[in-house]
Amino acid sequence: MPLPKRKKILAVASGGGHWHQLQILKTAFEDHDVNYVTTLEGLTEQSGVKNTSVVPDCNANEIFKALTCAVVMFRLMISVRPDVVISTGALPGFLALAIGKLMGKRTLWIDSLANAEEYSKAGRYARYVADLRFTQWRTVAENEGGEFAGNLL
Amino acid sequence: MIFATVGTQLPFPRFLAVLEQVSTEYSMLRNEEMVVQSCDTDIQSGNFTSYAMLSPERFDHFFQTADIVVGHAGIGTIITARKLSKPLIIFPRRASLGEHRNDHQMATARLVKNMPGIYVAENAEELIALLKRDDLLPAQETESAEREQLRDRVRQFIAES
Repeated sequence: MPLPKRKKILAVASGGGHWHQLQILKTAFEDHDVNYVTTLEGLTEQSGVKNTSVVPDCNANEIFKALTCAVVMFRLMISVRPDVVISTGALPGFLALAIGKLMGKRTLWIDSLANAEEYSKAGRYARYVADLRFTQWRTVAENEGGEFAGNLL
Repeated sequence: MIFATVGTQLPFPRFLAVLEQVSTEYSMLRNEEMVVQSCDTDIQSGNFTSYAMLSPERFDHFFQTADIVVGHAGIGTIITARKLSKPLIIFPRRASLGEHRNDHQMATARLVKNMPGIYVAENAEELIALLKRDDLLPAQETESAEREQLRDRVRQFIAES
């Protein structure tokens, strides 16, 4: 079988549970070149990953911070030039997917395991910007759409 | 030492009050200290120390040093306890008390309560009863078919991109 073509991936997750889930997922990226983006200084060193950036954290209640985060993410998208943008949440990851989608990248959203009853707020809007959207709960996929293919627990 | 954490998103005053109460009883019992990452206030009193926030490095230090970890039912807390093989007691946030936007932490608690080394407490009495036990097991990091199925779908998506 021919080797799979190496892709460039931008993998984005906020500090906390989102980041931990991305770290469990990361063996899925091992044939590719990955740039990791998070919101908390010190986290990438702790996880032992290379090619990393830290962006300002933001949430939907802080419009100015969200705009700042979007600008930083846009610059990152230009310098990294990924083929694929992947996020496990939350708002900074959504912004990465939205910007990536506008720039013609392939986009993948994995809603956090924490969202057992419904998609996260960012995950709800991710349907408009993600080429593929996963929930980690079967019932959420049945109720709100997207795909269920297992979980990262 | 007991390390308690509420995550970085929201404070959890009911849990903090329970921890203060528990730390008094626990330190009488075992003469051990409790360190709390509270997302709330810095408190230093007797055997109870609370920090609003901790750097990832200091967070890991306290997590590694702890004999038992107590936390809200956050995914990061659960994953870290399994990675570092610590007994974990989770105390879920409740939407009806304004502690989160919905009851997803109750669902998380149901999902993990039968995993080895993960215990659930819903009030101070249950938490104290668990802390008094001498037979709490460490949580374990285990690979699962569910994880690999999701990774396989992600690999497929990347390959097709």
